[in-house]
Amino acid sequence: MSLPKITQLAGTGVYVPGDDVDTDRIIPARYMKCVTFDGLGEYAFYDERFDAGGNPKPHPINDPRYAGASILLAGRNFGCGSSREHAPQALYRHGIRAVLAESFAEIFFGNSITLGMPCLVMDGRDIRALAALIDEAPQTEINIDVANGQVNMADISFPAALPDHAKEALVNGRWDAIADLLEGLDDVNATAARLPYMASA
Amino acid sequence: MGKTLFDKVWAAHTVRELPNGMTQLLIGTHLIHEVTSPQAFGMLRDLGLKVLYPHRTFATVDHIVPTDEREEPFSDELADAMIKELRKNCAESGIKFFDIASGKQGIVHIVGPEQGITQPGTTIACGDSHTSTHGAFGAIAFGIGTSQVRDVLATQTMALQKPKVRRINVDGKLAPGVYSKDVILHIIRMLGVNGGLGYAYEYGGSTFDAFTQEERMTVCNMSIEGGARVGYVNPDQTTYDYLRGRPYAPSQAEFEAAVARWKSFASDADAAYDDVVNYKASDIGPTVTWGINPGQAIFIDEDVPAPGDLPEKDRATAEEAYEHMKLKPGRPIKGTKVDVAFLGSCTNARLSDLQEVARYVKGKKVKSSVKGIVVPGSQGVATLAESMGLADIFRDAGFEWRGAGCSMCLGMNPDKLVGDQLCASSSNRNFKGRQGSPTGRTVLMSPLMVAAAAVTGEISDAREVFTLS
Ligand code: SF4
Repeated sequence: MSLPKITQLAGTGVYVPGDDVDTDRIIPARYMKCVTFDGLGEYAFYDERFDAGGNPKPHPINDPRYAGASILLAGRNFGCGSSREHAPQALYRHGIRAVLAESFAEIFFGNSITLGMPCLVMDGRDIRALAALIDEAPQTEINIDVANGQVNMADISFPAALPDHAKEALVNGRWDAIADLLEGLDDVNATAARLPYMASA
Repeated sequence: MGKTLFDKVWAAHTVRELPNGMTQLLIGTHLIHEVTSPQAFGMLRDLGLKVLYPHRTFATVDHIVPTDEREEPFSDELADAMIKELRKNCAESGIKFFDIASGKQGIVHIVGPEQGITQPGTTIACGDSHTSTHGAFGAIAFGIGTSQVRDVLATQTMALQKPKVRRINVDGKLAPGVYSKDVILHIIRMLGVNGGLGYAYEYGGSTFDAFTQEERMTVCNMSIEGGARVGYVNPDQTTYDYLRGRPYAPSQAEFEAAVARWKSFASDADAAYDDVVNYKASDIGPTVTWGINPGQAIFIDEDVPAPGDLPEKDRATAEEAYEHMKLKPGRPIKGTKVDVAFLGSCTNARLSDLQEVARYVKGKKVKSSVKGIVVPGSQGVATLAESMGLADIFRDAGFEWRGAGCSMCLGMNPDKLVGDQLCASSSNRNFKGRQGSPTGRTVLMSPLMVAAAAVTGEISDAREVFTLS
């Protein structure tokens, strides 16, 4: 299984402010009644973007100025709560290709990397500075240098961190772990054989 | 320096180090349900892979099942398609499915322990963040996403980064009317909803030693609400006694050998921790949430905090919470009108929860303005509660007695809040929209506090309502 190496990403940005944005907000549970992830994109942030009658509410993602944005900026502890992979899937299918935030909840982070959607941690001040730049010139391209941990817009550059294991996985095209895991099957069977409970049903 | 249970279980299940430095960890027990598994089976098919160890995966249906009209086909076509898909996937792969007709169906985190599948010294994964519940048995249990469900199905392993371990001690005796639910709400309030990022929580101290197995599950359940993906308690006699005789526990002949093995996984007395925090049971009171995350919590006799009482960094979320919850900062939460009282979920819908509440609601009435529903966590719990007369006590008090499932914990089935109804809930999440209505409001609390709210029609102190002391 060969996957693209994710070293650089470019696109326009959209800032969704707020801390502790949970996965129930990213994709409300009622849209998880599905047996595939197809079509989840339109429900990203649904209850924040639409009222009970389905009419659009003011929200950065509905704002035509940020139409087509593929880089999402967020606050602290983004993606907390439910482990639903429907959340990063909904963002990805909405067109998001990278998330920049002050911090990420762990399961969301892992789910996103497995999709090949980098999640980089930036200082809160830098997030707000970048958001201000986006606000001034929403159609200016942002460049993310995954390998070197940098986010560049206009001629300003911000540091953006990624744990080593995630960086390795993205830049080497091994962000979906399944190939690596399958290579270890002999060791898996040996480890299982040492644990008595693995034999029982 | 000694080792923690976490270190020992991790070492015993390490398959190898992966090229990116992560660990390939064997997952001994895999639990699946209808919401996060169908896409994983789809991915498996796309890759031409099979389930490696089907006998180590167990399935049930919980999130979408109706709790009243349970005949199939369900009136909700999508829900009906999901249960059929799970049934088909299990049959094709040879996975044990605790289906509705089995009498053993229920919330996955209640069924695993109840069946004796959850055991000390094991690794467990499930596509649900409250998998941490199983840590109450001294297992290392991870909530995972759908791609990892696929990984575990195909390889019985997943790629993980080893977290740090924080020991959380709680010592002393809880006052009457204070429960394990209050302990975990208090811990999250103190350490914050992201305080556990990068950590596994090990809970201990004399309060935990005295807890029943079910009380320990309530605490471990909510570890993820504090940001810790894993939470556990070291196994002891309480754990072994709970497991003895359960369907999937080791047989009587093998039981003592299993206990010896389980004991060997417990943390050493001189184990090294990355962090240690201490709390006193006597400092903890009945706790309720006032906001839109589980860390926004106060004791029942406190006021909703004013922005000035909060650290700068918490103020923006607090403003959002006041607006959503329609609560006034600086005012008591006690006396807030309640529309719905929900007693259920994987946090608090086990037999002991229902027994404790039934003791006090016997002879009382749910206020006419309140819709009160009791949703047992599993068919096993429901059957026992019915035979013990608990169901009748709840019905006589004016509660609806329902079939087992997640129900109004997340409103994926027909049990949902309507409009901006306020719900006193024994569940674990008070996120905006969590209970099925985008403007619905959730106040988390212990089961007895839910009952107090049901009886009085407002957020109340159960100790006063039921004269506990
Ligand atoms: S009861 Fe609630 S928290 Fe528990 S598994 Fe079901 S939906 Fe999740």
